[in-house]
Parts: sequence; structure tokens; C-alpha cells
Amino acid sequence: MAWVNAIIQGVLTGGLYALFACGLSLLFGVMKVVNLAHGDLAVVAGYVAIGVITVTHIPVLWSFIIVVPVMAAAGYALQRSLIQRALDRSVLTTLMVTFGLSVVIENGLLQFFTANSRGIGASLGLVQDSFSIGSQIQIAYLLVVIFAVAVVVLLGLQYFLSKSRYGRLIRAVADDQEAAQLAGADYRHVFGIAAALAMGTVALGGIAYGMYSQLDPTTGTDTILLFAFAAVVIGGLGSLWGTLLGGVVLGVAQQVGAQINISYEVLAGYIVFLAVLIIRPQGLTSRRAQS
Amino acid sequence: MTEPATSAPAGDYRAADGTALLEVRDLIVHHGQLRALDGISLRVLAGEVYAIIGANGAGKSTLLRTIAGLHQPTAGTVLLDGEDVTALRPERRARHGIVMVPEGRRLFASLSVEENLKVGAAYARPGPWTIERVYETFDWMRDRRGQRAGQLSGGEQQTVAIGRALVTNPRVLLLDELSLGLAPVIVQRIYGMLPQILATGLTVLLVEQDVSQALRVASRIQCLLEGRTTLEGSPGDVTAEQVEAAYFGLAGTAAPGAASPAPEGSDP
Amino acid sequence: MSQATAARPHPALQARVTRSQRNVAWTGAVALIVVVVFALLPYIVYSGTTAILVQAFIVLTMASMWNLLAGYAGLVSVGQQAFVGLGAYFVLILGLNGTSPFAALPVAAIACGVAALPLWWLVSRLRSGYFAIATWVMAATIMLVIERFSSIGGGTGMPLPGIAGFNPVLLTAYTYWAGLAVTVVAMLAIYLLLRSRLGLVLTAIRDDETAARSSGARVGLARLLVFVVAGAGCGAAGAVLAISQLQVQPSAVFSVQWTAEMAFATIIGGLGTIEGPIVGTIVYMVLQQTLASYNAWYLIILGLVAIFVALFARRGLWGLVDTRLNLRLFPVGYWLHDADERPRRLLSLPRRG
Repeated sequence: MAWVNAIIQGVLTGGLYALFACGLSLLFGVMKVVNLAHGDLAVVAGYVAIGVITVTHIPVLWSFIIVVPVMAAAGYALQRSLIQRALDRSVLTTLMVTFGLSVVIENGLLQFFTANSRGIGASLGLVQDSFSIGSQIQIAYLLVVIFAVAVVVLLGLQYFLSKSRYGRLIRAVADDQEAAQLAGADYRHVFGIAAALAMGTVALGGIAYGMYSQLDPTTGTDTILLFAFAAVVIGGLGSLWGTLLGGVVLGVAQQVGAQINISYEVLAGYIVFLAVLIIRPQGLTSRRAQS
Repeated sequence: MTEPATSAPAGDYRAADGTALLEVRDLIVHHGQLRALDGISLRVLAGEVYAIIGANGAGKSTLLRTIAGLHQPTAGTVLLDGEDVTALRPERRARHGIVMVPEGRRLFASLSVEENLKVGAAYARPGPWTIERVYETFDWMRDRRGQRAGQLSGGEQQTVAIGRALVTNPRVLLLDELSLGLAPVIVQRIYGMLPQILATGLTVLLVEQDVSQALRVASRIQCLLEGRTTLEGSPGDVTAEQVEAAYFGLAGTAAPGAASPAPEGSDP
Repeated sequence: MSQATAARPHPALQARVTRSQRNVAWTGAVALIVVVVFALLPYIVYSGTTAILVQAFIVLTMASMWNLLAGYAGLVSVGQQAFVGLGAYFVLILGLNGTSPFAALPVAAIACGVAALPLWWLVSRLRSGYFAIATWVMAATIMLVIERFSSIGGGTGMPLPGIAGFNPVLLTAYTYWAGLAVTVVAMLAIYLLLRSRLGLVLTAIRDDETAARSSGARVGLARLLVFVVAGAGCGAAGAVLAISQLQVQPSAVFSVQWTAEMAFATIIGGLGTIEGPIVGTIVYMVLQQTLASYNAWYLIILGLVAIFVALFARRGLWGLVDTRLNLRLFPVGYWLHDADERPRRLLSLPRRG
């Protein structure tokens, strides 16, 4: 029965990983490049949330409402200023610049906040409590909420991309940047919107992770970026709902690994990732072959 | 560089008679170290169809792409209704009325037909063309508007691409190699639509490999060879031999508008 | 194209292409002298200085490898720490079986080169952005796997065996010479590689990948080779690291900080030139020594400078010097001797600047 518990746990964690991953997948689809500081920016969001809560004493859940939009706006600004300049040079430059950004952020956090890990809302009932099904299954409320939020976010993203004007533009620019320009669209602005969306979702994920677990300067890469990437690859490059599927598979693999031996948790996830990379590089949902 | 104001009021986008709506002066364009265009000039009057012809590599597409803003010239200017747009990015030029239908259609493959048109409409200028009107003009499109653009045939894609450009209500429509990869029958049909398009007050500058097709639709033509103008005039005024000579660069081409011999190649 | 007018012979027939400037013999002699001087240093300076130099050798080797990957093969790998760690652990494993760490060093390097093959197969089909993260996952996975084995120290690491028998003074000297040897061999290997036909392919990739592919150059093979060489080089650096630290800890040897250091040093010094990493390493060491007491600051500053250089001075510090002084320490380029003109250099600097 402990296994059932583990699987349920893993499935629900998949929601959290989907939040990490959907922004990464969106950015890569539109810009054909990844922001290696993706995860670190989520950690920054978490630290900002902690700061806001400490200073203003607002309820923890309100911090989302303040921090996520601010981070989304910051994502737009970062994209239009730094990342776009790097993109104009080359993909190589973008990778180097975002890697540099990642290192600077991590060491900056280390310098100013020490390596101690911090949690968000640890005293909240939502964070501490769980409910039981039968005698052997215990599910944390928080995980269920996070999963539900992830589903809502993905639904929102899907609706935005398929129905709204900017969603159409994002898809158009992803298909053919030049043709979009010829139709009057400034692709830099569209990139900015996509970056804002990605930043918003990953900030949400970062704060959620701070509640579910703890944040420290290296969480951005060790956990968020690498797990996001693993979820994207497992679920299928280029698929939005694939990130949820990938997240779920990753989460289940991790929890099953943890059941075998608690220290196998992260490794088990990577082994599944490697297996998918070997057997089916395009992932579990993508039908297109990986170029 | 200040942006040119959109001078034409809503719905009326003819320039005053006799003045060039689109003008290119002494355009020099490089691809890396290769001089692709060597001092090209042209003037397109409002309401006319101007065709650029020439062999592969003559510089035709480069010229159109530079006018559209996808390529920055080394020297020379592009003017829309008298205002210098040379420094404008392609999307700004599109919003001012220079809209190109690129070579190879370049539809948004994962978007539906209607979504492709909607993208065109996103930054449209006011004018007679709407998505509804495009459906009226190309009647097959209405029934297939939900279909993914990538699944259409070549000819259908070409019409959707034109529709996407029309919906922006351009002043000057740039058509890059419409006939490429299409069966002659389809090409004829598409070019047959031109009068309808022109009737709404557009001006067309097109690049065409098929010389006879170009001569049929254009009011004036210019022939390019290795980046220079070898012939310029209206189809009625030039003979087939002159066109052939200009096209292939045969010796003795003393056609009006031919450029002087090329200068030495630039240093690396 | 101008029409042929006079009977002048075609200019192309009068041009000659030679390998490098006349003074390559001088460069070689100077390089030899420099190496000899460095080799004699343990007799002259204190062990504190040699320790710093060993660090510099490690960074220089790694930076040269990262330069090969990113500057020539167009591969941005943020997982090279995998090989640094593997190199250290190979030395440890061999040491536990009785081999002297100095004898284990070359074996470790080769083993890392071999290990690079299956890893390349795994990550090579991913596009650049995903390739980068995949290398990071690869490094993290290898570390997690190694931590499973308590016989080699598990998660906490263990001291390097076979060190105890050495005289401390001799040990510092041997460590220093090991570091120097690794650096010299690495740079020599890179120099020879870039002078070879493969080097021409790499330079072509560096300047214009699409053109290189379409000209039929064996881009895939060149990249594989570079990945293997870089793996071996970083492995050798990791082996020297293990020897210099006298212990092997997973979190230390597999830290992404190594990639950060080699990447920043290369970017600041100059991507796509052999001399670049040398300049970058000097900058890195200076910063690290002056800011050593301020913990993470040197990495922050280094990172910010690297970002700035990557965006606004793409050819790095050496690139600035090179274009001004027309200087080349490592002649890997070609010279075009045209009639009546000064010899011109070809292919020497990265085209994209």
C-alpha cells in the first residue's frame, strides 16, 4: 500500500513539475532557445515572496497575487533588454549569457541570503495538513492544490494560445518569425509576452515549491531547471500537456525510487529521463521526430 | 530617424496621380561580401503593376526583401509616398503599407487558414479588405477556413498567403515569385485575380521568373542581371529580343537604364 | 564582373597560400623557454605560489577545453564538471587498487575520453539549448550514481590513497609538475588539432555552421572528436585537482562551479582563439586571489563581466589585442601572399563578432 501512496504522491508532484516545465517548453517553442536561468528566476520569485511577507505581513497566499505579476513583468523586461540582445548575436551567446545569469543569481543569493534553505508559509494549515484515504494513504492538501493550480494554469495557457490574439501571434512567430514580421508583428514584443508568461508560471512554481519544500540558492538549477527539462523531454518537446504528463512520470519515478531506497529519489527520475532519451527521443506525446 | 506619418486617410490609399508611391534610389545591397544589388533604382506609380524579371541569382528577391525591410542596404533609399522608410524595421513598414508575400508562401503551418488571416488582420490598416472580403474573393477558402494551413496544396497556400497580405490593407503589395513550385494553370488563375485586387486601389510590385507571365500582367518591367538593371520600360515598348538580351546579358545590350560596368570587387 | 581587357595574367595565379608566418620557429623556441622556466619554478618559489599556479593550470586546461567545445565546435556544454569529477574518481579508484596517483593521471584522462563516447551518443541529437541542459543532467546523474558507492566514499568523499608515502615538499613539486604537464600536453594537443585538416573543419564550423555542413565537411565527426578530447582534457584537470586537494569529494569535484569558471575564463579571454583561455585564466586568477576573502563575489563579478563581454566584445580580451596588434602566439592560420600586397591572414579570428 505504501506503493500506492508513493504513486499518488508522484502523480501530484507532477503538477508542480508541470509548472516548472511549461514555461521552458513555451520559450523553446517560440524562441528556439532556453533560458538557463529559468529555474533561478523562480527561486528569486520565492525569495521575493519571503521578503514581501516578512516586510508587509500579508497573508502568505496573497504573496502570489503580488509577486507573480511583478515577476512576469520583470520577465518581459529581462527578455526585451538582455535576452533579446543575446538572441540577436546567436544561440551560443544566449546560452552563455543565460548561464552567466544563472551563476550570478545563484551566487548573489548565496552572498546575500547564505546557503540556508527557507520555506514559505510553513506554519499554514494548508502546508502542514493532509487527509487520509483508508489507513495507508495520506495526501498533503498542498499537493492537491498545487496540482489543481497546475491544471488550471495549463488550461489557461491552452486557451490563451489557441484563442487570443497574442496567443495566435506567439504561435505564428514560433512557426515563422520572418513571415510574422511581414504581417506587421514585432517579434521582439511577442518574445517578451512569451517570456512574461514563462516567468509568471515558473514564479508560481517556485513559490509553490517554497511551500511544499524549501528554497536555497541552488534549488533553481538542481531542482527546478533540471526537473523541468526532464519533464519536457519525457512528455514530448513542444507539447503543453506533455509537460504535465512528463511531470507526472518524473514524479512517479522519483517516488517509486524513494520507496526502494530514500536516496534513490532524484536518481530514479534521471534514469527514466535517460531511458526516454535513448528509446524515444521525441518524448511520450510528440509525434514529430526530434530534429 | 522619425517615422513617416501615415499620410493617406482611412480607405483612400492612392498617392496623388503622377507621383511615385514606392521609390527606390541607387540601392546597393550586400550579402556578406557579395554585392547582390549594385545601384538599383525604380519608381512604382500608384495603381500600377510593376514587374521585376531576371534569371536566378540576379538579385530580384534581394530587391524585394530589401524593400520589405528584411535586409538592410549598404547604400540607397526606399521611399513610400515620398517619405524615407529605409531605416524602418520590417514590421513597421508593413504597418505603413509595404506588405510582402514572401517566396515560398511562408504560411504559419500550425495555424488554420482563418488564423493565418487573423494574424494578418492583427496589425491591419483601415481599408476595404477584411477577412470576410477575402472569403468572398476566394470562395473555396470559407469552407476550408478551419483547416491547418500546412495541409493545403501549393496553389491554395499561395492564395491564403496573398489573402493574409491583403487583409493588412497594404498600399504596396510585394509579390515574390508567385509561380514558384506551382502548376501553370494555378499560376494563371492566381494572376487572374490581380485585376480584382488592383480594383481596390492597391499597387503591386512583383518579382517573377516566368517572363511571359510578367509581361502579360505588368504595366512596366525592369530586368535585373547580376545585381544591375539591364532593361526598363513597358511591355509594349520592348521587343522580345531586347528582353532576351537583357535577361541573359548578351553583348551589345544598349537598352535604356542599363548600369555602368561593375567596379572592382570589395576587399575582404 | 569586369570584362577582360588587357593581357594581364589572372590575379589568382599569382597568389600563394602558406601555413604560417616565417617566425613559427621563434614562437616554438619561446614556448619551450616559457615551459622550462615554469618547470624550474618549484626550485625558486614558495609552495604557496606553486599551489596557486596549480589552480591556474587546472583552470587553463579546462578553459582551453571549453573553448574547443564552444568556440570551435559550437557546443555549449554546461556539464563538463562530469568529466572533472570522473577524472578525480578514476584516480581515486586506481589509487585504491595500489596505483600511484601520478601514474593514474594519464589513465584517468584516457578513461574520461572513452566515457565521453556513450555520453555523446546520448546528448548529441538534442538541439543546442536542450543539449546544454542535458549535459547538466548528465553531470548530476553521474554524481548521484557515484555517491551510491560507499567503497569510494559515498556522499562524503574520501582522502586520496597513496599520498601518505610522499615527502611533502616533493609532493607539492610533483603536483605542480603534473599540473604543468597536463596543461602543456592539452594546449599542444589543441594546437595540433587545430592545425590539422580537422582543425579546418572546426574553424569552418566556428565561422558559419550552415556553410560548413553544406560544403560536406564532417561536422558530426568533428564534434564527436572535440567532445571526446574535451572530456579527456577535463578529466586530466580533474585528476590534477584530486592530487592537489589530497581528497575527492563528490560535491566538490562535480560542482557546476567548474563549468562556470572555465566558461567565464574563456568568454572573457576570447572565444575561438587558442590564446583567449590563457588571457581569461589570468583574469580569473587575479580576481580570485584579490577577492578570495569575499566568498561568492569573484564568481558574481566574473559572471557579470562574462555576460558583458559575450554581448558587447564577442572576441574577448585577446580579440581586442589581436585585432590591434596583429599578434598570434599560436600559428594555426593561413597566410595569403598576393602579388604586390602585404601578406594577409585568413581564417584567424572568428567571423561573428
